[in-house]
Amino acid sequence: MIRIEHLTKAFGSKELVKEISLEIRKGEIFTVIGPSGSGKTTLIRLIDLLDIPTSGKIFFDGTDTSASENTRLLIRRRMGMVFQKPAVLNVTVAENVAFGLKFRGMSQQEITRKVPEALDLVGLFHFADRRAPTLSGGEMQRVAIARAMVTEPDVLLLDEPTANLDPVSSDMIEDLIVRINREFGTTIIMSTHDMIQGQRLADRIGVVMNGRLVQTGNPGEIFYQPAGGEIARFVGIDAIHGGIVTGNQGGHALIRVGETFLEALTDLKTGQRAVLFIRPEEVSLTPADASGGKSSVRNQFPGRITKLVPSGPFVRVIVDCGFVLAALITRRSCTELELTVGTTIVAGVKATAIHVLPDRDDRTAV
Amino acid sequence: MNDIADGLSQAVNLIVTLNPDVMQIAALSLYISLSATILAALIAIPAGGFIHFHEFYGKRALMILIQTLYSVPTVVVGLVLYLLISKAGPLGFLGLLFTPAGMILGQTVLIIPIMMGLVISALGGVDRNISDTLVSLGATNFQKIVEIIKEARFAILSAVVLGFGRAIAEVGVAMMVGGNIDTQTRVLTTAITLETGMGKFGFSIALGILLLTVALVVVVVLNLITSGISPDSPWMRGGPQG
Repeated sequence: MIRIEHLTKAFGSKELVKEISLEIRKGEIFTVIGPSGSGKTTLIRLIDLLDIPTSGKIFFDGTDTSASENTRLLIRRRMGMVFQKPAVLNVTVAENVAFGLKFRGMSQQEITRKVPEALDLVGLFHFADRRAPTLSGGEMQRVAIARAMVTEPDVLLLDEPTANLDPVSSDMIEDLIVRINREFGTTIIMSTHDMIQGQRLADRIGVVMNGRLVQTGNPGEIFYQPAGGEIARFVGIDAIHGGIVTGNQGGHALIRVGETFLEALTDLKTGQRAVLFIRPEEVSLTPADASGGKSSVRNQFPGRITKLVPSGPFVRVIVDCGFVLAALITRRSCTELELTVGTTIVAGVKATAIHVLPDRDDRTAV
Repeated sequence: MNDIADGLSQAVNLIVTLNPDVMQIAALSLYISLSATILAALIAIPAGGFIHFHEFYGKRALMILIQTLYSVPTVVVGLVLYLLISKAGPLGFLGLLFTPAGMILGQTVLIIPIMMGLVISALGGVDRNISDTLVSLGATNFQKIVEIIKEARFAILSAVVLGFGRAIAEVGVAMMVGGNIDTQTRVLTTAITLETGMGKFGFSIALGILLLTVALVVVVVLNLITSGISPDSPWMRGGPQG
C-alpha cells in the first residue's frame, strides 16, 4: 500500500526522521510507538504528504508521491488524517465534516447524504447542528475522525489520537479505530506513545526512537523480544546486563549473572556475553519458606525486596537476588504475601520467558 | 457653565428637529468614511492575506513599517496627499483637491495600514493546526486560504470596524484635502472645529453627539451581524478555543 524508502526529514541541522524504510500493508493497523519527541509525528506528517522529506521517497500503491504538487494533492485526497490536537473550524459540526467533500467538488446533494452517515459512524448524529468549538475534546476528536472518514479514504492516519483524552473517550476512539478497520477495510497508521494501546490495536508495530525505526514486528515480538535495551525499557522491561553463557545444549542455555545461574532459551554460544530481558508480569513471587522443587519453574532466585512501587491495581516489586529483578503482581497478592521492603522472597521465572540478546556493550543495539 | 447648558439644549433641539444642515454634514461624513472603509478593506484584506500566506525577504521589515504607520498623524497624510493632488502636484490633473473623492482617497490611505496589520494578526491568530487540517482534508492552496480567511472573519471584521472608527474621527485629512467647504466637503469633525472657533457651541455639541451616535450605530449593527452569524460562539474571535 505504502512503501517508504530511506526517508529523512531535517529541520535545520536537526534530523527528526532518519533513514526510515518501511512497508505498510493494505488493510492492516500499523502503530508507530516511541517516546515523546522521537519523530512519530514527523513521520506521520510525511506519510500524509503534509511536509516534504529532506531525502528519501514515499510510494503510494507504487506511485512516487514526489512526482508533482498535483500528484501529492491527488494522493493526499486518498488519505484521511486525524491530528493529536483536534482542530475544528468555527462552524457547525456538519459543516466541519463536509469540508473534505467540498474540497473534492462533490455536489450539495451528495454532501447532505454522506455527512449524516459519517456522523452516525462516530455516534454524533444528533450533534450535526451544534457549533463545533463548543464540543468536548473527545467529541472534537470524533468529529475529526468523521471528517476524515467521510471521504472514504484508503488510508486513515492518526497521530496520537487519544493523547489528550480521558480514559472513557480514549476507549471510544480505540473501538472506533478497530471498527473502521474491520468494517471498511481501511488501512490504519497510528502513532502513540502509549505502548499498551499500540499493542492492543496493532497488527504490526514499528518502534521509533531518536528518529530511527529501530524495530518492526507484531505485538508479541515487540513486547517479548525487544531488539535492544532502549526498546525493552520503553515497552516496560528492565534489562539485566553482565550475563555470560556458561553452557548451551541445543538452544537451552545456562547463563551466569554475578553468582546466580539462569536457564534460558538462546542460540548464544558458551562464553558469549548476554543481556537478559524479563517482563515483570512473567516473574512469580513465592514466600521464602514455601520454595522448593514443587514448582515447574526452573529459575528460582531467593532475594530481598528493595522497593515496592504501586501502579494502579498493581504493585511493581523490585527484588535484589544478586541482580535486580522486577515483578508485577496485583495489590491483593502483595497484601496476602505480606510483602514489605526487606522481606525475603523467592522470585521465579520460566526459561521460556527470558529474552536473551548478545551484549554488545551498546544499550541501543538493534 | 452657561455655555455648556445652552449648548446642550440647542444641540438636542437641532437633532430632534432634524436640522437640515446638521443632517447634511452627518450624511456626508458617513458617506466619505464608509466609502473609505470599504475601499481600504478591499485592499487591506487581500494584501494582508498575501503577506500572511507568503514568505518573502523583508517580510518582518514590512510588518514593522505597517505597524509604524498605525500611528501616522492624520495631518501628515493630509500634507502628503495635498502635495500629490494639488494643481501643481503630480496627480493634480485628477482634480481631487477639495472634493469628497479626495477625502475618501485620503482616509483610505490613512486606515489601510491599521486594517492590514490587524488582518495579518487576525490570520496569524488562526490555529496553525487549522491550516494543516485543511490541507490534510484535500484543500488546494486557494481553498485553504479562503477557509482560513473565513475562520478569521470576526477578527477581520473588528479590524474593519477599527478602520472605520479612525476614518470618521479624523480631522487632518478632511481639513487639508477637503478644505471644509460648506455643503461640499464639510464633515462632522471639521464642522466641529469651525463652529467651536466661531463660538457656536450648540452646533458643535450637536455634531459631537451625532459623531458618537454614528459610531454607536455602526458598532451595534456590526455586533448584530456577527452575533447573528454565531449566537453561541465567542464574539470577535479568530479561531476555535484551545
